[in-house]
Amino acid sequence: MSILVNQETRLVVQGLTGNEGRFHTTQMLAYGTNIVAGVTPGRGGEWVLNGKVPVFDSVHMAVDVTGANASIIFVPAPFAADAILEAADASINLIVCITEGIPVQEMLQVRRVIDNQNCCLIGPNSPGIIAPPLTKVGIIPGNITQQGSVGVVSRSGTLTYEVLYILKQAGIGTSTCVGIGGDPIIGTHFNEILSHFEDDSTTEVIVLIGEIGGQDEEKASAFIIDSMTKPVIGFIAGQAAPSDKRMGHAGAIIEGGMGTAKSKIEALKNAGVKIARYPEDIPHLIHSLQSH
Amino acid sequence: MRLHEYQSKKIFADHQVPVPRGRLASTPEEAKLIAEELDGPVVLKAQVLVGGRGKAGGIRLVRTPGEAENEAAKVLGKRIKDIPVRRLLVEEAVSFQHEIYFGLTIDRERGQTLLIVSAEGGIDIEEIARTSPEKIFRVGIDPLLGLRDFQARNAATEIELPRQLWRRFVNISQNLYHAYHTLDATLIEINPLVITTHNQFMALDGKITLDDNALFRHPDLVDKRDISAEAPEETEARKFGLTYIKLSGNIGCLVNGAGLAMATMDIIQHKGGTPANFLDIGGGASSEKVAAALRIILADPQVETVLINIFGGITRCDEVALGIKQTLADIRTNTPFVIRLVGTNEAEGKIILSESRLASANSLQEAAEKAVQNSLEPVP
Repeated sequence: MSILVNQETRLVVQGLTGNEGRFHTTQMLAYGTNIVAGVTPGRGGEWVLNGKVPVFDSVHMAVDVTGANASIIFVPAPFAADAILEAADASINLIVCITEGIPVQEMLQVRRVIDNQNCCLIGPNSPGIIAPPLTKVGIIPGNITQQGSVGVVSRSGTLTYEVLYILKQAGIGTSTCVGIGGDPIIGTHFNEILSHFEDDSTTEVIVLIGEIGGQDEEKASAFIIDSMTKPVIGFIAGQAAPSDKRMGHAGAIIEGGMGTAKSKIEALKNAGVKIARYPEDIPHLIHSLQSH
Repeated sequence: MRLHEYQSKKIFADHQVPVPRGRLASTPEEAKLIAEELDGPVVLKAQVLVGGRGKAGGIRLVRTPGEAENEAAKVLGKRIKDIPVRRLLVEEAVSFQHEIYFGLTIDRERGQTLLIVSAEGGIDIEEIARTSPEKIFRVGIDPLLGLRDFQARNAATEIELPRQLWRRFVNISQNLYHAYHTLDATLIEINPLVITTHNQFMALDGKITLDDNALFRHPDLVDKRDISAEAPEETEARKFGLTYIKLSGNIGCLVNGAGLAMATMDIIQHKGGTPANFLDIGGGASSEKVAAALRIILADPQVETVLINIFGGITRCDEVALGIKQTLADIRTNTPFVIRLVGTNEAEGKIILSESRLASANSLQEAAEKAVQNSLEPVP
């Protein structure tokens, strides 16, 4: 099995008829994802991608007609917050937002609304989710990963690809890979994903890819101590990044010394997480777990 | 986008937050003239977007217009943390009885804006946060409700403001939150917000950071960007939608994606080298964008070798290869390159670069090792 997405996923693509939406929907269809609808206001009634996907004017209509239960958003940044709220309003329970550059104050409002609804928002600024061999809701290239038992969760985009590719070259497959997004305000954090992996029977090991900024890795460390039995391997990007690039004093007051690579690595180590020094270390750490 | 103190104060004044009287001067004569107009002691403040400006001699208190002219001559043209001082804010010196700290910023963990206040303003607030966190009061603002009066009033009582000032403090907090919200700011910080000897609040300093992602709906604010206050290569990078940060090492890095760019820097450091920069070309970069990125890296005299690490997804390796080829046709350089291309259109990219006799690598580790090797060897 996989987490968040599977063969039951019925996906609606918001922003299907734009360049990005069209390109990546073609890729997702080729991978095997069950795409039931697209939404572009004003273009309802069309069939696109060689007549494979019907377009609706609203997410509500797409859900009513096709029974869509998940959405992916490629809508441009100025309209993307609205697209998330529209999906939530239509009772979609998994919303994956690929769009990068949504104004942060809009995201504060979106998260405030989403937190009170029964839905899971992944992103924004996320590469999406891939569950080999057949389901991908996002833009992660399908050929860089294979089916397996390692769960991957990451705040990055291309660094996630790098890790999946390194795993595949070492013959290691993935149960599900989730990119939670690189923006300051996101819908789902490490902890929720770790919890899903803990409950997922296929996942045996989890790779957590963090980066400097925020406190998500520190919180994940506490969660791992309290609630995880499966082994976790961590990599934190940004150890060589300068520490003097930040906003005013207010940010430092909030973070209070957390947020640095050092703080994150220390917290994870205290939680028993094996730390990779660089991405190519990860397969060795996985093999060393399995040999015990 | 960070605003200068004088720009921030203009916004405060527009939102009925009192600021000292004063104007900008770009010559010592202007400073003298403004000091004459203000008719009393004045403060000269260098308008540079770096911290620690006071310690670096960028703030001077003077008593007479003549002194203002002399001191302005010393500060103008000075460099503070490598940024030339081109303008001074000349302001009336304000006597005050108390300094407080006032801040509004985003707390990403709570997913809220925080109002942060402290009775211990003026001095090093980060030090207070570390040593006496109880002296800092913070309250989360619901993004749908905005700042409520009672929250600002609670802040006023927490920092033990006299009762007769509560109403005014609530108004100022509301006005600043309104500015923060309508301008799509990510930070408003006033340190110090003083209580003058006449029992008035006044913002003696001010920092505003605007959300770059929201500038599309504030075309009037885009013009406020002061490109003279930043390094020219950063201006150039932004023009092409690149994220570039200059660092102190000698290995120029060109990478797609911030996380991968950081991981590339990390492995360089791990292998004993030092990165010359952080450079993220973003997703789906065109060959022109790649060429611009490479020109910026090669213009850095410290760069002795270049590492290009591309993991194609939305970004196409052939597009990147074209950008590299174009740049190398335009700029003759002896700088050794190490190129690692993987992912979308990798084969096409490698064909484009096959005549360029550039070193290639198949993995991140191999690329980093080769680049570090290059960086340690003297250029032939």
